[in-house]
Amino acid sequence: MKGLKKTGLIFFPAFDWAISPTHPEREERLLYTQDQVFEEGLLDFENIVEYKPGLATIEDINRIHICVPDAKSVITESHLISAGGAITAAEKVLSGEVDNAFALVRPPGHHAMRVVHGARGFCNINIEAVMIEHFRHKYGHKRVAIIDTDCHHGDGTQDIYWHDPDTLYISIHQDGRTLYPGSGFPDEFGGPNALGTTINVPLPPETSDEGFLHVLEELILPIIAEFKPDLVINSAGQDNHYTDPITNMRFSAQGYARLNELLNPHIAVLEGGYSIEGALPYVNVGIILAMAGLDYSHVREPDYNPESIRQSGEITKYIRETTKDVLDLWKKRDSFKAGIVKGAKYARRNRNIYYDTDGIREQQEETVRICDDCGGFITIDSMASTGNRIFAVIIPSRSCDLCRLEGERTFGSLNKAKLGAHYLFLQDRDRDIYLAK
Amino acid sequence: MILGIDVGGTHTDAVLLDHFQVKKKTKVLTNQLHLVVSLIGVMDEILRGEDLAAIERVVFSTTISTNAIVQGKTDRVGMIVASGPGLAPEALSVNEDTRFVSGYMSNRGIEVAPVKKGEIATAVSELKGAGIGHLGVVGKFSTRNPAHENEIGELARSDFRHVSLGHRMSGNLNFRRRIATTYLNASIFDLYSRFVSEILDFAARTGLAAPIYILKADGGTIEIRQSADQPVQTILSGPAASIMGILSLADCSGSDAIAMDMGGTTTDIALLADGVPLLEPLGVTIEGHRTLIRGLKTKSIGLGGDSRVRVDKGEMLIGPRREGPAAAFGGPFPTPTDAMIVLGLTEIGDRAKAEEAVSEIAGKMNTTVPEAARLIFEKTCQGVASAVKAMIDEINNKPVYTIHELLEGKKLAPARLFIVGGPAAAVAPRLGEILGCRVVIPQDAEVANAFGAALARTTAEVTLLAETERGSLTIAEEGLQMKIPVHFTRKEILKIGMEKLRERARKLGARDADIEMEIVEDQEFNMVRGFYATGKNIRLKAQVKPGLIAGFGKGGARS
Repeated sequence: MKGLKKTGLIFFPAFDWAISPTHPEREERLLYTQDQVFEEGLLDFENIVEYKPGLATIEDINRIHICVPDAKSVITESHLISAGGAITAAEKVLSGEVDNAFALVRPPGHHAMRVVHGARGFCNINIEAVMIEHFRHKYGHKRVAIIDTDCHHGDGTQDIYWHDPDTLYISIHQDGRTLYPGSGFPDEFGGPNALGTTINVPLPPETSDEGFLHVLEELILPIIAEFKPDLVINSAGQDNHYTDPITNMRFSAQGYARLNELLNPHIAVLEGGYSIEGALPYVNVGIILAMAGLDYSHVREPDYNPESIRQSGEITKYIRETTKDVLDLWKKRDSFKAGIVKGAKYARRNRNIYYDTDGIREQQEETVRICDDCGGFITIDSMASTGNRIFAVIIPSRSCDLCRLEGERTFGSLNKAKLGAHYLFLQDRDRDIYLAK
Repeated sequence: MILGIDVGGTHTDAVLLDHFQVKKKTKVLTNQLHLVVSLIGVMDEILRGEDLAAIERVVFSTTISTNAIVQGKTDRVGMIVASGPGLAPEALSVNEDTRFVSGYMSNRGIEVAPVKKGEIATAVSELKGAGIGHLGVVGKFSTRNPAHENEIGELARSDFRHVSLGHRMSGNLNFRRRIATTYLNASIFDLYSRFVSEILDFAARTGLAAPIYILKADGGTIEIRQSADQPVQTILSGPAASIMGILSLADCSGSDAIAMDMGGTTTDIALLADGVPLLEPLGVTIEGHRTLIRGLKTKSIGLGGDSRVRVDKGEMLIGPRREGPAAAFGGPFPTPTDAMIVLGLTEIGDRAKAEEAVSEIAGKMNTTVPEAARLIFEKTCQGVASAVKAMIDEINNKPVYTIHELLEGKKLAPARLFIVGGPAAAVAPRLGEILGCRVVIPQDAEVANAFGAALARTTAEVTLLAETERGSLTIAEEGLQMKIPVHFTRKEILKIGMEKLRERARKLGARDADIEMEIVEDQEFNMVRGFYATGKNIRLKAQVKPGLIAGFGKGGARS
């Protein structure tokens, strides 16, 4: 068969783990997907290989997160396995054992931000980010493009890579004015040192295959071509599906398969998607076949009717305009910095972050050094409704000498009592150092 | 008394057991063209002068189905496949006589699209018109609801000599394998039916009234009449006979172990977990057909006592071919057996000839004869050991789907090596050393296969899926759809499952004393509508696992 690819599949349905018995993120989320994958006999194809997930380590988490008070307290074993599954997927691709890999694991991670006081949007740790920093540590620095196709804006991944010029984060999602978490507008465009490496394309409710594929072909693929990543990752939520119970989109299994065929990701990692009977079995079979280069044209949902889920002309027009606007923004990305920075040495963000799953509120002030040579060193002052207050210093990957020097000096001079902080953290990516005191 | 017969490639062996002790054993050359002739011949001989009324059971391990498939002596089969959405038909076709028709069950066994009678009529008349006498009918998710297969089967039955239905082959999911398995079943149906009637005729003629069983690939047995409809269940029973033989000759209980049969051409490896042989997770593969037939997980490597040893560009190569017996027995090339003779590990054959053959290797390797012999021997042992290790690794890396299994899952760690076959005694100490195992060489190994067949119990499985919200219960292997009350719990489903397993095992030929049942899969999920649990989705699989019949002390009866 033409274009056959060797595809690794890390399937870990965690049949014994749920947030709560009737929570969408529950035991049987991948049960019918398992049935469909087994019945279709996908694992019998010579070019589809199933692997057992490895376990992520606390070091893997600390490389990217600041967990309060520590990683052990904010995760369960299921998180180490789902992040470990993503790492296994990357491992198989980077070692050359397979051409691409799909981590069909749960729980998901794209709402988990850099600082973790608890769970948000069903996520505790950001499994893609944990994976990316693991392989950057092991295989050397890589330019990475994360295409987040989950219906919800991946505000966690956006937060983690906001200041990283080497990680392109593009999210297509249902408009934040109509869906959790309420963010992800085109003007969220990356920090001052990484303008344009965060791209948001909000789509109106009832967008169907046509709209998604338009954004992919007209915006995402050209930007990826220009960014020239070493690896493309699909943060593959499946909740844009027309049967999803908690969203309002009209994407189909055919659309998901086509998207993965065109995007051709090295790694796909399952994120959300809660239509466990109506969508997931078919969407996942479609994605696996598309990644493996096999014929997916006969995959469809039992109740699939393309006419009934077609998007309106108005939506088509709106999406065309949004796509054009965002593309224009991307083209002019280098022209904004001076106007945003206005000569300041540091840029500051103050945010209130809500952890819906755990009901925690966090107040965070993040400061980044304005830098033309690296992502800039970062300090974070974070206070949560749990009573915890922390202060963290982050020296980024491939930091310039000045950012390193200032970062180290800042951490050295921190005083718990003076800051009113319970914990102090240093995360030094290049030296793979994580200190907590 | 029990009669066990193993039809092997070269010899047909028979043992007659009296109180689990060998009373008589006999061996005839296998008549490959007419296996039944060898079988009847060997039975005639061993039963001569015996009181037929004292025979309690007869078990055959036969290659009849395997040979027919391997040698392509199969019938042309028409296939009617209700594929529904999913894989493209090109990926599902087993032959050019496959017709795809409408009709689709969802993964929960709910009808999505009905069968269209007109399409079936067209397919039937085309296939019949082509002179095809056998039909296979397979639907996607038919193990979740066999209604479409049954319907198509009824529509076609009068036009074919026999119709094989997919859901009867196995309770497991895997549409492509179900198609392949059903196809194979139909393709050997006639041949196997003839075999069964010849055996039954012989029994009737001689007055042999004991139940007759056939060994299956999983090391279990099935009563011969029950097997007539399911000939595919009898494929690849050869390795099963040898593993069951080891189980019957040595005490394998207690810890994990390796079972090995080292022959002239190949070495067959199997693994035992707590004394129970491991099965292929999905099914055995024959002639490129991946099936749903449960079989013992065995690995066969082209490395045996008579493997040809040669030197290519300074590198020594052993196997995978056998090109005659060892040089010590007049063969054309040096072999590991010759090396073992030179090293004094065995005292068989003509030592001078062995030395001469090994000296050829020594010359090419630029070393002494004893050193060359040592190298050949070491490489042979290392080759076998690394195949064993790879197999253990594969088992231990098998994906699991729960956190509990991933973190606490049992790892296979064999502590003993059971080895039979020609070179067993010579290689055993070194293999044990490399693998870190205690070595056991069972006695009477030459009748191991027939002995194993004689003592194998009847195996059976049932796969249950209950949805309490719909009040439905499906038992895949039986093609059974039952109504259950919505308040049923896992416990009640389990009770039904165990009853059905007992019934099924009896039907397939088990004696009550041998029905040792166990649950192999046990999952219960909420079914949620909106944000409320509306019922349970309960999945159970239970089996009578492979093992030896009751009354036989494990290995004990031999010592």
